[in-house]
Amino acid sequence: METAIISGKGGTGKSCISAAFATLSKDVVLADCDVDAANLYILFNPANEEEQVYIAGQEAVIDYSLCNNCRLCMDYCRFEAISSSNGKTIISPILCEGCKLCSRICPVQAITMVDNDKSRMYSGIFRNGRMVYGRLAPGEENSGKLVNMVREKAKQVSKKYNLSTIIIDGPPGIGCPVISTITGVNRVVIVTEPTIPGLHDLKNAIEIAAKFNLKTYVIINKYDLNNDVADQIETYCINSNIKVIGKIPFDNIFVEAMVNCKTVIEWDPDSLISKEINSIWKSIIFFEK
Amino acid sequence: MRTVAIKNIKIAIASGKGGTGKTLVSTNLFYALMRKKIRVALVDCDAEAPNDMVFFDGHLMNSFNVEQKVPVIDENKCTFCSKCSKYCNYNAIFIIPPSKVIKVIDNLCHGCGACSVACDFDAVSEKDMVLGKVSQYSSSGLTSIIEARLKVGVLSPVPVIKAAVKEAGNNGVCILDSPPGTSCPFIQTVAGADYVILVTEPTPFGLSDLIQSVETLKTMNKKYGVIINRAGVGSSDVYEYLNKERIPVYIEIPFDRTIAEKYSKGEIVVKSRPELQAGLISMFNSIIMDEDNYP
Repeated sequence: METAIISGKGGTGKSCISAAFATLSKDVVLADCDVDAANLYILFNPANEEEQVYIAGQEAVIDYSLCNNCRLCMDYCRFEAISSSNGKTIISPILCEGCKLCSRICPVQAITMVDNDKSRMYSGIFRNGRMVYGRLAPGEENSGKLVNMVREKAKQVSKKYNLSTIIIDGPPGIGCPVISTITGVNRVVIVTEPTIPGLHDLKNAIEIAAKFNLKTYVIINKYDLNNDVADQIETYCINSNIKVIGKIPFDNIFVEAMVNCKTVIEWDPDSLISKEINSIWKSIIFFEK
Repeated sequence: MRTVAIKNIKIAIASGKGGTGKTLVSTNLFYALMRKKIRVALVDCDAEAPNDMVFFDGHLMNSFNVEQKVPVIDENKCTFCSKCSKYCNYNAIFIIPPSKVIKVIDNLCHGCGACSVACDFDAVSEKDMVLGKVSQYSSSGLTSIIEARLKVGVLSPVPVIKAAVKEAGNNGVCILDSPPGTSCPFIQTVAGADYVILVTEPTPFGLSDLIQSVETLKTMNKKYGVIINRAGVGSSDVYEYLNKERIPVYIEIPFDRTIAEKYSKGEIVVKSRPELQAGLISMFNSIIMDEDNYP
């Protein structure tokens, strides 16, 4: 069973809630798919057993001992990545999308493709089960493919160790890494906050989940920050036929727990917040039956 | 209205972690400069979750679709030789020659044109695919807001961000509200900036993502400084890191429920918090005074 936690807007509390879910039982696979800003390893400090290199696409590089400055590559490049400065042909690594066309058409074979190979995927043990996470090297792209790799690994681990619950902490937004995170999961939990920007982004997140026909639940975090907007969110969800599965009040306990490298469940299991998260997780599992 | 003359400069507001307050800082800096009669444009580059317009009333001046070329294969001309599929570095052309099946996966295509170059039988033509929209709003003759918006279901916001930054041009002060993270959408936004403000929060997650952003900006040779949001919560690790790296901290925005409430309603905070207005203006002044911050 794969449960993906996403948010549309960043900073709604998605990772803290995913982490709390993961500490409600002893036998989970936790997959941190926010590969661009992976954070859960900070809380759980997993003992890594495996490290895998992830090739995040390629980049074109010119060998100046061969280049004759014919600039044919400039004509072919559609990403405006190749320019000419002081009689020298230059490829911008920022604009290059790694399509390899320049390397193919260069009449003197002066352009080669170099792998972006600094990103990694890790797999190991943490205190409540197994954990898989990806870390995209700064500035590297194709995070969606790294997300797929993390999910694939999480599924293997789940089979191998007979851990049926996979919890996926997803990235913010609605683009490629999010689509890779939710494609084919059993359910999506969207964590939102009662702000006008939060409501905006929630609508997009619901739309993207609907595109993939996924069972979707919503959690309103910090709901008492703005009761009016929280009501608007509830109305919107009712009209879209989506269940608001929990409302968590604004509380500094998430930060306190995080600073101590614990989830709220571990930090204060008897707190109001912990009880609410516990009942949310139970009802998610209940609705599945 | 008379304007204050200022050299052209592009300032990106970014953060590794989501939800640290990029939009709060971008919209309030924009408003603070507008009050000072400075010609300013705000570009909402967070194309996956554009929210800046929530905070302003503006009327739409113009908008256009951002498109990309994707191949269309004429199966009558195609010989199923597979050359186009081999040329495609994104695995966007799916082909089974014995069964005479060929399919373009539009979402994987980057529109590079390699397949057209590859085809020896003139079987590849191209069509336009909409990726998103750039809209320009104006509230007075001095200011404009440009919004990049990714179409739901499209994978990469990069071309939409590029188009929005281009649309802003070079005219006065330009604030780029960046998407979170440090991958391609972030790179594309800060690549066009003369100076980057990183907004962080004093928590372990905030610090981890801040370090990742700083490392990225170092490789890009960008100049940067920091605003700490929700100061007072969490731990002192962020401060120790910033001190060690000698990164300037311009403003500390206190952890304050009333600020969060104003933001939640789509209100501009500097209207009621003069100390934040003053802080933003003094940050802006120190950035523009430094000659090294210009291209």
